[in-house]
Formats: sequence, C-alpha cells, structure tokens
Amino acid sequence: MSGSAVSVPLGDNSGVLPRRATLIVFAASAIASALISLALGLSPFVWLLFTGLIGLAGITVWSLAVEGRRRALDRVMSVAIMEVFVLAMVPLLSLIYTVVSKGLARFDSEFLTSSMRGVLAEGGGALHAALGTFIITAVATVAAVPVGVLAAIYLVEYGKGRLKRSITFFVDVMMGIPSIVAGLFAFALFAIFFGPGIRLGVMGSVALAVLMIPIVIRSAEEMLRVVPNALREASYALGVPKWLTVLRVVLPTALAGIVTGVMLAVARVIGETAPLLITTGSTTSTNLNPFDGRMANLPVYVYQQYKFPGVPPEPYIERAWAGALLLIVIVMVLFLAARLIARRYGVEIRR
Amino acid sequence: MNAGTLSTPEEPKAGKAHTRFGDRAFSGLATAAGLTILVVLAGVAIFLLSEAWPAITAPVADLPNGENLVKYIWPLVFGTLISSAIAIVIAVPMAVAVALFTSHLAPKAISMSVSYLVDLLAAIPSIIYGIWGIAVLGPASVPVTQWLADNLGFIPLFEGPASTTGRTMLVAGMVLALMILPIVSAVAREVFQQTPKGLQESALALGATRWEMIRMVVLPFGRSAVVAGSMLGLGRALGETMAVTIILSVSGIVTFNLISSENPSTIAANIALQFPESSGLDVNVLIATGLVLFAITLAVNMVARAIISRREASGER
Repeated sequence: MSGSAVSVPLGDNSGVLPRRATLIVFAASAIASALISLALGLSPFVWLLFTGLIGLAGITVWSLAVEGRRRALDRVMSVAIMEVFVLAMVPLLSLIYTVVSKGLARFDSEFLTSSMRGVLAEGGGALHAALGTFIITAVATVAAVPVGVLAAIYLVEYGKGRLKRSITFFVDVMMGIPSIVAGLFAFALFAIFFGPGIRLGVMGSVALAVLMIPIVIRSAEEMLRVVPNALREASYALGVPKWLTVLRVVLPTALAGIVTGVMLAVARVIGETAPLLITTGSTTSTNLNPFDGRMANLPVYVYQQYKFPGVPPEPYIERAWAGALLLIVIVMVLFLAARLIARRYGVEIRR
Repeated sequence: MNAGTLSTPEEPKAGKAHTRFGDRAFSGLATAAGLTILVVLAGVAIFLLSEAWPAITAPVADLPNGENLVKYIWPLVFGTLISSAIAIVIAVPMAVAVALFTSHLAPKAISMSVSYLVDLLAAIPSIIYGIWGIAVLGPASVPVTQWLADNLGFIPLFEGPASTTGRTMLVAGMVLALMILPIVSAVAREVFQQTPKGLQESALALGATRWEMIRMVVLPFGRSAVVAGSMLGLGRALGETMAVTIILSVSGIVTFNLISSENPSTIAANIALQFPESSGLDVNVLIATGLVLFAITLAVNMVARAIISRREASGER
C-alpha cells in the first residue's frame, strides 16, 4: 500500500465483477455439483460440500482474472467464512432433524402419561422421569436463585476490597467446575453422613444448584450493573434508605434480565446427565419425594434406554429418542420464553 | 462506615444516624450469600478430598487391577487431553469464522437470529449430542476414516485399522468440538463487535478491502479474547462427560491412533461408566480421578481468566 499506487490502488486488474457475481458462481456450482452427485449417487451433504468447494474455486479464478489479487483475497475470505459458518450449522440442523424424526415414533400419549413400572419391552413412558426432572430442577432452582441473586447484590451494591475480589474470583472458579465433579461433590457430601449407597433426588438438586449458582450470579450481576446510577441517586435524594432502594428500585429495574438469566441457567442444567447419573440413581416408577429413595429423571432415562437396551432393543432405542425429543422441547421452550421476556419487559441498555 | 456510602462516593458522607436496622440486615444477608460461595467451594474441595483420601493412602494391592493410582489415572488423563485437543483444533477456527460472520459479514437482521441459533446450540443437553454422535456422525464417519486409514495410514494418528462402527476418538472429539463451538464463538463475537468503529473506518478509508480491515484491525483487537474463549471451551471439553461416555468404545490403552475401535477413556467418561456399578474403595478411586479432573480444569480456567483480566486491565475494553 505504498503511496505510489494511488491511481490503481487495487492492483493491475482493477475491473469489477458484476454485482451478483457470488450468487451466479454459486448457482452454477450448485448445478454442477448436483450433476456430479447424481452421477455418483452421493448424499446431500456431499452435494453441499462440492457446491462450496466448486463455488470457492470459481469465484477465486474469476475474481483473480478480473479484479486482481487483493480484491480476490477479500472475496475468497468472505466466501470461506460464510461456508465455514454453514458447515457449523449443518450438524445443528442434522441433530434437530434426527431427534424430531426419530423421537416422533414414540412421542405419543402413552409415553407422556405412563412410567416404566412393570414394562418389559414395548410400551412404557417417561412420565416418572419428566416429573423427576421437574422436581429435581425446581429444588435446585429454589436453592440457587436466592443465593445467586443476593450474592450478585453483594458484589454490585455492597462488596469492596479483598472479599469482593476473592468472591468474584471464586465465582469464576465455580463456573469452571465440570458437571461430573459437582455430582461427585453431592455424592461425597451425602455419603459421609448417610453411607456410600445413598441415592436421593435431592442429591441431584445439590449438584445442579452448584452448577446453577455461578451462572445466576454472573447474569444477575451484569443486569444489576447496567441499572443507571441516576435511579439510585434519585432514590437516595428522596431519603430512601439503601436497602429499600435496592429492593424497590434496583431489583425491579433489573428483574426481567434476572428472570431471563435464571431461565437460561435452568435450561443449561435441566439436561445435565452426568451429575444425576451418580446421585439420583434411576428407577422405573414414579417417585415424587426427593428426600426418599431413587428418583428417575429425563437425561438419565435417555442415557440408560439408549446405552443399556434390553431384548429386543428397538423399543428401548425408540423411547430414548422420544425422551431426547421431550428434553429438547423443554429446553427450547425455556430458551424462547427467556428471550421473549428479555425482549418484552427488558430495559434495553446498551453498553 | 455504613454501607450507604460505598457505591456512590460522590454522595456526602452519611452520619451514623442513617444506619438503620433494615440496612444492616440486608447488607448482612447479601454478604452472607457472597460468603456462601466460598463455603460451597471449600465444601467441594474438602468433601472430595476426604472421599478421595482412602484411595490415595490405600496400599497398591487393594486398588483396581492391583495398579498404582498414577498408573490407573494416566491413560484417563491422556484420553481426556487428546479428545479435548481434537475439539479445540476443530472448534477454534470454526468459532472465529462464525463470530466474524455474525459480527462483520452478515446483514444485521440475519446476524441477530444467527446469534440466537448459536446460543441455542449451547443449551442442547450433552446427552443428545452423544446419541446424535453415535447414531448419525459415527456411521457417517466410517467411509472417511476408512479412506484415512487406507491412504494416510503412515501418519500415526490414522494408523487404523479403522473402526467399523464409528465409535472412535475422532468422532468423540468432533462432537466435543460442536459442543464448545458456541462458547468460543460467543466470547469472540462479543469482542469483535467492540472493535472501535473509528479504527475500522480508518482502515477502509485508507483503501483496505474488508478482509484486510478484518485481518489488520479486528483480529489483532480480538486475539486475546479468542485465546481466552478457547481456554474456556477447553475447560468445558475436558469436563464433558456424556457425549464421550456414550460414543467411545473404551479399552484403557494409550494410543494416538484416532480412528481405531480401541480408545483410551476420559476421566469424566470413566467415572460415569464405572460409578453406578462401583462400591467400596473403587468409589474412592473414582473420586480421586474426579479431583484430578477438577485440578486440570481449574488450571485451564485460571489461565483463561488471567488472560481476560490482563486484557481488561490494559484498558482495551
């Protein structure tokens, strides 16, 4: 980019490709690769791959010939980045398609209304597991949210000095705890008091709460931080004490964001399998008391139906996929509801 | 001093008269919640240590297979590291591309919904990635690994013989890559979006093409964030359990061969597989391996945080 090149800043070939050049090239390469795929009988994924490669090569050659090296590189990188993005999205679509198409086979009323009690091969359902998941997650949420929100209030409104720094640091540490280690912690905690054979629903809740607390703190902290200071000062100026200011002014302003954060945290932990596998155990019948005995839950249900099918295996595998579908529906509903709340009630604050 | 003056230093100092009961109670409650974090973490460390202790001090003959604890853990550490390494190698370049696409290339309308989609990816439970990996990606990988074994077999990684079920380390690593991609790309996207507009526009005004602008302005600005995000992703991959548990067919050997049907297990997957059937000292051994996993992820996360906080301290944000 030396100053001497002012008149031809983009190299010797400074022509310009037509506006829809990329589109044209990709339409052509899609057709070409469709022909190749049909001729060789290849899968749609290979067709997509060929389309990408041929298109990339085509735009490179054309742009190099007409526009010169720098513009060609620009086009190539833009196209390549887009293609990598598409490549990253393919597995997601495949995953959702697979779960829906395989899960629908057993996603019937029997699946949603019956447990596995006395079921040997066909039939049966996941009601006991779904109820277990709701109870375990609800107990975890009830434990994690007050601690998390109050800790965030401490960090934003009250914290100072070394204690604040160390709590911030340890929240980060907690964020990095692998889920299986949280499960081991819950197990160790109960095993010391009740012996090593203990399996309870509430042990799973403890593990999930350990995973939830840092997520809740982080999101609540962020939401409290963006509440404008002017609101606090206005409240102080009216003679409102600090604790009422926090309760009546700061928290309501940040509420939508905090609720969103909590729902996302729930969505994150509701599908956790590893910690529940080693704490709640599994059972075939409905157990609604988290303090008494083993408790089935959806993730472990899916795992066990899939990993340890009986004979014949088909009904087990089908139940596993139906369970996976139910799990993904729950996660998506939580996720979308959280986004909806954020968009509808959230105070739009840009940093 | 009373709590009221802390967050708003401009405010004139309030006298003791303003310290009300409500204030003291509420700040006490909030502080207690903060302290709970420290207590819980200390609890995690103490309870894990106390349950792992019998395994650490037990005579070698009592341990599984009569092996030394280090000998038992080593193949698992190896498997954990290698699966995470595959995940990082695949995920980081893709995550940077996805982040650049959402922050600089895609039109505004698309980039919003794409961000949602990527966040949703992060919320899909790992068990579902696992059964998808074994039902779809595994079988799809068989022809590819077969080809790799036939044509690139001289590279130790693809020595073969290729697995016919697709239950290989390569597939497990690819699934892990998919799972950490949203995390890495979310961190990278956030920082790419914060690249100062002035710098970007100056680059364009000086005649840089869009790619040159990205390479010379956006990427250097976001480099440390990409590194930090990758470390966070690595921490996640190291501790990820179910996808590996369900995909890998494990045999407890140490090998760099990624595509055969004999694979080292990972710490987390080993716990998930063995724990439900274990009793006595075996449980303590598994908890000891969990402690090792905790230490490894802790180290990785701390490095990530150090990078992030150095970046914040240097005032780039």
